[in-house]
Amino acid sequence: MSLEIINLWYVVSAALFIFGLKQLGSPATAVRGNKLSSIAMLIAVVVTLFNKDILPWEWIIGAILVGSLVGAITAQKVEMTSMPEMVALFNGSGGIASLMVGWAALYNVGNTTFTDITILLSILIGGMTFSGSILAWGKLSEVINSAAVVFGAQRFVNALILVAIVVCSVMFCLEPAVDSPYLYAVIALALIFGVMAVLPIGGADMPVVISLLNSYSGLAACAAGFAINNNILIVAGSMVGAAGIILTNIMCKAMNRSLGHVLFSGFGAVKEATKVEGEVKPINSEDAFLILEAAQSVSFVPGYGMAVAQAQHVVRELGELLEKNGAEVTYAIHPVAGRMPGHMNVLLAEANVPYDQLVEMEDINPRIDKVDVAVVIGANDVVNPAARNDENSPIYGMPIINVDQAQTVFVLKRSMASGFSGVDNPLFFGDNTRMLFGDAKQSIAAVVAEFKT
Amino acid sequence: MDAVFLALILMLSIFLGFELISKVPATLHTPLMSGANAISGITIVGALISASSGTEGTDMLATILGAAAVMFATINVVGGYMVTNRMLSMFKKKDVDQSGGKS
Repeated sequence: MSLEIINLWYVVSAALFIFGLKQLGSPATAVRGNKLSSIAMLIAVVVTLFNKDILPWEWIIGAILVGSLVGAITAQKVEMTSMPEMVALFNGSGGIASLMVGWAALYNVGNTTFTDITILLSILIGGMTFSGSILAWGKLSEVINSAAVVFGAQRFVNALILVAIVVCSVMFCLEPAVDSPYLYAVIALALIFGVMAVLPIGGADMPVVISLLNSYSGLAACAAGFAINNNILIVAGSMVGAAGIILTNIMCKAMNRSLGHVLFSGFGAVKEATKVEGEVKPINSEDAFLILEAAQSVSFVPGYGMAVAQAQHVVRELGELLEKNGAEVTYAIHPVAGRMPGHMNVLLAEANVPYDQLVEMEDINPRIDKVDVAVVIGANDVVNPAARNDENSPIYGMPIINVDQAQTVFVLKRSMASGFSGVDNPLFFGDNTRMLFGDAKQSIAAVVAEFKT
Repeated sequence: MDAVFLALILMLSIFLGFELISKVPATLHTPLMSGANAISGITIVGALISASSGTEGTDMLATILGAAAVMFATINVVGGYMVTNRMLSMFKKKDVDQSGGKS
C-alpha cells in the first residue's frame, strides 16, 4: 500500500475512535462504543502491518502474541475490586511503549531538531508514566505503604531533577546521537521524576493520580506520534490526554483541592483539626434490622472499605430485600469514593445493581433529610461533616454526602480507627448515628439473615 | 509531514477530546478511563513502525526496542479493551436486568 492509502485508512480509524469515545459517554451505547474503538485500533494496526517495510515478521508476531496473551489473561482474571491497580499497570505498559518508540525513533536518519525534541518528550512523558504507574500500582495493591511520603527538601529535589532534565535535553539536542550519555541521563531522570511525582500522594488522592497518569499515557503516545510523523498517534493520543485531564479536574473539584495541591503537598497535617469527642452508640444486627424494616427510604453510601471487604454482593442482596419490603433504595456515590474515578459504580454494577439506582452526590444531598436510614459502608472522609463545619479540618471545604442530616445513620466500620487521611469524624458521635462494628460483609450478611428469618 | 500541520491536528483533537468527554456521567468514569487507556495503546502503531526501522541489520537495538514496545503496547491495547468490555457488560438498567423477572 502506498503511504497515501495508509494515511487514508488512518483517517477512517480516527473517525471510528471519535465515534467510539462519543458512545462511551452513555451507559446505553458504551459497549458499542468500546467495540468501535477497538475496531479502529485493529484497522490502524493491520494497515500498518501492510506497509511493506514492516520487518522482521517473527519478532513482531512473537511480540504481539506474547502481549495479547498477557493482556487477555490479566483482563479476564482481574477482580473488579482491584481494577485501579489493573488500570495503573496498563497505563504503565503504554508509557514504557511510548518511551521505547521514542528511543527507537532516534535510529531514523535525518531527524530535525524539532523531531529530536519530540523524541525527548515521548521518552520523558513515557518514562514518567511508566515509573509513576508502577509506584501507583504498588501503593494501590499495598505492596508498599500507600501513605503519602513527604519530606522537607522534596520541592527542592524535584526542582533539581527538572533542571537536570532540561539541561540534559538541551545538551542532547545540540549533539543528538543514539549513544549520547545525555540520552541515558534523560531516561533515568524521567523514571526518577515519575517516582518523585507519585511518592507524596496518599491513598485517598489516588483517583486524581490515576486519571492524571491516564492523561500522561495519551500525551506520551501523542509525543511519539510527533517523533515518527504519524497522525493517528497524535489524534488518538491527544484525545486520551484530554479525557484524562477532564477526569482529573472532576476528581480535584470533588475534593475541593487544586491539582497543584494534590500533587505537591500530600495530606500533610498543616492544621490540627478540632478534636472531636463524644460517645459512640454501637448497635447490633438485630436492632439494625428492626430499624431498616421500618424504613421507607434507605440510601447506601459505599466507600473504599466496601471494596476491601468485598461486600458489594451482600449489599445488593440487602438492597433487594429492602425493596421487597417496600422501601425506596438508592446508592449514593461520592465522586472520589474508592481509589479511582467511578470505582464504586463498577463494583455495584458487578453485583448486579442497576445503574439507575445509583445517585450522585448533587442529587442525594437536597433530599437527604427524607432518607430514613443512610447506611455508610466503609466510607469516611466523603461523609465527614467536619468538611462542612470545621475550618481547621484538613478536608474543610470538600463537598460531602450529608448523611448526618438523614433521619438515622448506620456506620459500618471495622473498629474505631480514623480514616485514611487521619481525620477524626464527628459523624461517629452524632445523635442519630449508630455504629455497626465489624467486617462490613459479615455485618450486612447478619442483617440479611435477620430479614430471612 | 509538516510540523505545523501536525500541531493543527493536535490542537483540533484536544478540543474534540474535551468536547466528547466533558458530559460523561460519573457511573461511566472507570470504563471511560480504561477505554481511553486502551486507546492510548495506539502507540503500538509507532512501535510497529519503529521495529522495522532497523532492518539493515546494523541497528539491532532499534528492532529490539521496537519489538519490546510492540509487546507492551499490545498488553495495553488487548488488556484495556477486554477489561473495559467486561466492565461495561455488567452495567445494566433495571428493566433489562432481571432475566424473566418483573420489569
